[in-house]
Amino acid sequence: MLDLLSGFIIELRNAGLPVSLTENLDAMHAISHIPLEDREAFKYALGATLVKNNAHWRSFETVFEVYFSLRGPEYSISDGDGEGSIDDLLQQMQDAQMKGEGNGGAGGMDSLTPEELMNILMNALMNGDQALMRALARQAVQRFAGMEPGRPVGGTYYLYRTLRNLDLDGMLDKLMEASRKEVGGELTKLEERLEKDEYNDRIEKFKQEVESEIRRRLVADRGAEAMAKTLRKPLPEDVEFMHASRDEMQNLKKSLQPLTRKLAARLARKRRHGRKGPLDFRNTVRHSLAYGGVPAEPKFKYPRPAKPELIVIADISGSVAAFARFTLMLVYAISNQFSKVRAFVFIDGIDEVTEYFKKTEDISEAIHRINTEADVIWVDGHSDYGHAFEVFWDKYGKEINPKSTVLLLGDARNNYHASQAWVIKEIRQKARHVYWLNPEPRSYWNTGDSIVGEYGTHTDGVYECRNLRQLEAFVEKLA
Amino acid sequence: MDNRFESVQTVRDGLKDVNYLADDGIAGVVFLADRLGKPILVEGPAGTGKTQLAKSVAEMIGAKLIRLQCYEGLDESKALYEWNYKKQLLRIQADRNSDAWNDIHDDIFGSEFLLTRPLLEAITSKEPVVLLIDEVDRVEVETEALLLEILSEYQVSIPELGTITATQIPLVFLTSNNTRELSEALKRRCLFLHVDYPQLEREKEIVITKVPGVTEMLADQIARIVRSIRQIDLKKSPSVSETIDWARTLVLLGLDSVNAEQAKETLHVLLKYQSDIAKAAKELSDD
Repeated sequence: MLDLLSGFIIELRNAGLPVSLTENLDAMHAISHIPLEDREAFKYALGATLVKNNAHWRSFETVFEVYFSLRGPEYSISDGDGEGSIDDLLQQMQDAQMKGEGNGGAGGMDSLTPEELMNILMNALMNGDQALMRALARQAVQRFAGMEPGRPVGGTYYLYRTLRNLDLDGMLDKLMEASRKEVGGELTKLEERLEKDEYNDRIEKFKQEVESEIRRRLVADRGAEAMAKTLRKPLPEDVEFMHASRDEMQNLKKSLQPLTRKLAARLARKRRHGRKGPLDFRNTVRHSLAYGGVPAEPKFKYPRPAKPELIVIADISGSVAAFARFTLMLVYAISNQFSKVRAFVFIDGIDEVTEYFKKTEDISEAIHRINTEADVIWVDGHSDYGHAFEVFWDKYGKEINPKSTVLLLGDARNNYHASQAWVIKEIRQKARHVYWLNPEPRSYWNTGDSIVGEYGTHTDGVYECRNLRQLEAFVEKLA
Repeated sequence: MDNRFESVQTVRDGLKDVNYLADDGIAGVVFLADRLGKPILVEGPAGTGKTQLAKSVAEMIGAKLIRLQCYEGLDESKALYEWNYKKQLLRIQADRNSDAWNDIHDDIFGSEFLLTRPLLEAITSKEPVVLLIDEVDRVEVETEALLLEILSEYQVSIPELGTITATQIPLVFLTSNNTRELSEALKRRCLFLHVDYPQLEREKEIVITKVPGVTEMLADQIARIVRSIRQIDLKKSPSVSETIDWARTLVLLGLDSVNAEQAKETLHVLLKYQSDIAKAAKELSDD
């Protein structure tokens, strides 16, 4: 047990979770107080002592699954035979179903045709029958995934194969159809939406079952350590903007909101707790009355540093679009920390998008409008920093003043166009600060057509912003 | 030390008796906190019953709840203890004419002149207590250090008086809305519990227990609609307490079931931003 746990904790650390020695000891204490056969309790005991940040919970769950999924009787691997309880249950279900349809059939799951299997799955989803769903997930994996021992492919490949055979999207439609029939006639829109949510939820659960079943089998095949390595996912704050999958992007978005709240609170606090200023005479006299006219309690004026004015100029061409969108979202989410925010986007032409944000309170809608409406293509839709900057200088250059901070976002891959770096130089002379944020790893800078160095010499700093953690650190510095 | 609870299940049942529906995670962590003698750091979105958990646990074990509401600028004279200097002054003045300076000197720093604040009160109390340190993320990082001694050793050191150790180890809950990252030192000393929006089934049960007069069907509908609304990308998703408010509203309106129209008219109970209300109303009627 001890070996297993220390392996588990090492893997957690490898996954990026900070687990200290005392936490490790606490975990050991904790599990001595709970019955080990209760897997849920065991999981929560470990979770409560080892994971101190909710964003890390998912990583923890994955590692936990890998390390402990094979233990405990109900989670043993079976190949369709020799598992009494679930087969019995299945039998009952089947009987019930067959009676209804007047179509006798018996035997374990192995003997079912795919159609029958689909029917049972549909019923299970319809009734939300957990045990049956688990059994079905197992069966589906066995049948469709085509897993071969020792084959070096990741779990996603098997997952894809299984799900493709199950056609869950079609299933949703069929379920909706069935529930419409059940009510007899049309559902109201609200009802329809609620039903759909319900089924989506169940299908999601089923997918999770399939996924964990695959994982269990892989672990059995390859061993926990090897598996954990392939499944290791970066924590949300370490996901790179440029290579984020759709799922990861969703997670990033979710973690953006608490982050902005945190940032706003921190910035406001920072602003309030500045140095003390000169003596506030009026206030001092006012307070001296309490001491019979003796100014015993001097009061000071607190300086109110002006909020910076922010001008964001973002490259939204394909390669860095995700990063630009993300940064814009973040900046606008804390826009009350700045006296004014103006946003420009470009590919080879440049367009101002400040208006999009003003009109709506909903940031994601504004981002959507940027993607569809902004006029950013001049010739061919390949990034041309030089031209974009030149146009910016001509049109908006006058509006840069000593209060404004200019943020340039992009990888500076200019497709070998002219750089027009003089624009940046001019801007810097007029503005308070000019910063460049580059979503590429530092080692790629100035390779190929990247000329970030050329622009960089004219700015107050070029920052690597590959993930949320770096972006957060930068924004805090900014305000 | 005796254990307060026998098993996770006892915690769960006990909480249910005082109308708090805990899931496995919550009950498990409360159980462990008692066994390990560690504080619980409860984190999660606003209105998911973090504070209520502490209150319910106090009610369950029949303990007194001592609450320390944190805010910016909280200091040790408000959290730990303070010398009652007015009383000290009086004491000195009363003895002005005698020569017993040495007596007084020792005397005025006795426990008689100590004003206990919530934290000290919690550990000196003879009766069982539950200590709730609410919204701990509101204090500055430096002030957090005040809590460390009491959280790990259950003692308070007063320079003039010595160390006061707890007579019995209280159950401690810290809640946080996560407006800033708490320090490692604090997190390390606590068990971590994240309370999220409940699952459909649990939310439905919560509505049924908390709102008298609600029918099961209505509760089911409410829980489903709320889940649906939470999936929309909103500024502030409805919390459990808002769900309960909404259920109360619907019951007061005398409804047994709710349709899209009625839901839309009462959305302002559930959502607190105009843009959110507009968005949800559109979603509910469009598809």
